[in-house]
Amino acid sequence: MAATKGEKLLEVSGLSMDFGGLRAIDNIGFELFAGEIVALIGPNGAGKTTVFNCITGIYEPTMGDVTIHPPGGTCRRINGMKPNSITSLGMARTFQNIRLFPAMTVLENVMIGRHCRTGSTIIDAILSSRRSRREEKETVDKSYRLLQKVGLADVADEFSRNLSYGAQRRLEIARALATDPFLLLLDEPAAGMNPQETHELDELIVRIRAEEQVAILLIEHDMKLVMNISDRIYVMEYGKEIAQGTPREIKENPKVIEAYLGEEVHA
Amino acid sequence: MAHFKRSLGIGLWFMFLTLPLMVVRVNTISREVEWRWYNLAWAGLCAFVIAWFWQFSIERRTARRAQVAANPHPAVEKLSLVQRLADDPVLSRRLLAVAAVVAIIFPWLVSTGQNFYHVNVMVSALIFVVLGLGLNITVGLAGLLDLGYIAFFAVGAYTYALLSKNFDLGFWTCLPLGGLMSMLFGVILGFPILRLRGDYLAIVTLGFASITKIVLENWDTLFGGAAGIANIPRPEFFGMALDSRQKSVYTYYIVLALVAVTIFVTNRLKNSRAGRAWMALREDEIASVAMGVDMARTKLSAYALGAFWAGLVGVVFAAHNNFINPDSFTFMDSAMILAMVVLGGMGSILGVIIAALALKLLPEYLRAFAEYRMLVFGAVMVLMMIFRPQGLINNMRRKYEYDTAQGGKDNGGN
Repeated sequence: MAATKGEKLLEVSGLSMDFGGLRAIDNIGFELFAGEIVALIGPNGAGKTTVFNCITGIYEPTMGDVTIHPPGGTCRRINGMKPNSITSLGMARTFQNIRLFPAMTVLENVMIGRHCRTGSTIIDAILSSRRSRREEKETVDKSYRLLQKVGLADVADEFSRNLSYGAQRRLEIARALATDPFLLLLDEPAAGMNPQETHELDELIVRIRAEEQVAILLIEHDMKLVMNISDRIYVMEYGKEIAQGTPREIKENPKVIEAYLGEEVHA
Repeated sequence: MAHFKRSLGIGLWFMFLTLPLMVVRVNTISREVEWRWYNLAWAGLCAFVIAWFWQFSIERRTARRAQVAANPHPAVEKLSLVQRLADDPVLSRRLLAVAAVVAIIFPWLVSTGQNFYHVNVMVSALIFVVLGLGLNITVGLAGLLDLGYIAFFAVGAYTYALLSKNFDLGFWTCLPLGGLMSMLFGVILGFPILRLRGDYLAIVTLGFASITKIVLENWDTLFGGAAGIANIPRPEFFGMALDSRQKSVYTYYIVLALVAVTIFVTNRLKNSRAGRAWMALREDEIASVAMGVDMARTKLSAYALGAFWAGLVGVVFAAHNNFINPDSFTFMDSAMILAMVVLGGMGSILGVIIAALALKLLPEYLRAFAEYRMLVFGAVMVLMMIFRPQGLINNMRRKYEYDTAQGGKDNGGN
């Protein structure tokens, strides 16, 4: 899965999404390269999560193209594909409003992520075939390793609903990583976290990029986090893309300051 | 003391309410009014005791909730008896062995040459145990609310009845065919309702069951209409002639084997890739799809597998009764099976078995109180939903074995 640095992974062009008469996103285009952390920012309601939903197949975009270039694979246009097929191609996401499986244990939550990388059938499970046993063991081991990575190993047998907010967010990241993605999409991973937790998340994201060799596309409102870790930033407002560039460029872009950051940057 | 006063008040209030109904009776022959004061005393006493017990239970529940809220992560977790049993493999295996032995010698304990009533009762109860366990896959594990489960049971029963009548096929040939036929119906029904959830799904399945029943009732030429199909052969045993007691005992063992197979399969599936996908779909559909679970396949497999057990046991039902008609497949039966799953605890195998046996055996042996059956049934339902909404036995968390030593030393989190 390792991609050479600088290789193009994701290309979005002319992406638009209408809900009835409302154009939620309008002609959005961006690219993402291997090893990058790219942030998508913008005021509430700018259409950031809609972009995510279009890329991951939850919505089918009205217009435009989403093309992925899996490392070592052939490039594919993925609009209109089912979310689970897109995930098995190598893109995994987390959710803005946490969507864990509350009545399953922390470990089982991560094990679901392995679903698309394993293939035991119901018959395998009933007969407890060699394939099923091998895959079960691999799934448990790999999932546990991921829990160790995000620091949740000691609560592996807890029900996920009993975790704290920050821990639930980290569990979502572990679950997404379990699908062996080359691109990880994080939807507001720091929402509801305190400064200490945000700082830890900051380190976690950078570490995941290095260790798991994934590129990361993230939506975030915490400007400190965004400016710290992203290589490039795209800014959206009212469904349109208004700016792009490095964190430094974005900080100084007058359009962005007017639309989004306001006076705070200078304060 | 406050409880006492309140219960006393409730008792008096009930005495007042029931006064005209329970106390006054006009004897129309001798034209005089009978005053049955002892009934008043009974009403008051019962209301008092129930009220007191009620308040006591509510208080205990509030106290426990407060305790949990104050300390959500206790150092030593209090585990339920069942969870502790499950954690102790030696003890649970022994209990299982005892249960198996009792189940196997049961017909020899309770039946004599002429009297095999108890065996027949047990056969009907075990049929419902399999139904409960089958529905447990669809409702308990995959979370697809099915109000028309009995239709699959009917499909299995009619498959055997028709095949044996028209093509002279034997029980053992028809057993898998009945299961597969139901499975086919499960998939056919499953396709159009893949997108539905919760209430909508419940309504559609309810409709499916009604349609099945109406078709069976009205298509006289094929299904025999309301009169049903009679003279269905009993299971054959290597061509030997069995007397009626032997036939019942034989059927008992067939159903018992089916129960064992169902338990075995459900248990294997619960902790497998497929079972986890079902549970994930039950917990959060969008999240599980985004994590790579194929919704259509997963839902259909849950439907088909649930239907399969109903079909299998439907064949046994037809064979055991010799006779079937649409009246055996009413909505009441669907509701009863669903009640077994809910009362037993969604997804819990042991819970469903206990609930199924209780709901089938108690009415059978308490025939003296047959008039109060639905009353008691309703009361039990209400009480369960208030005090134990999760069912008799919680679906237990499964602990996986993992190697804690390897890797992860570099973790920087807490």
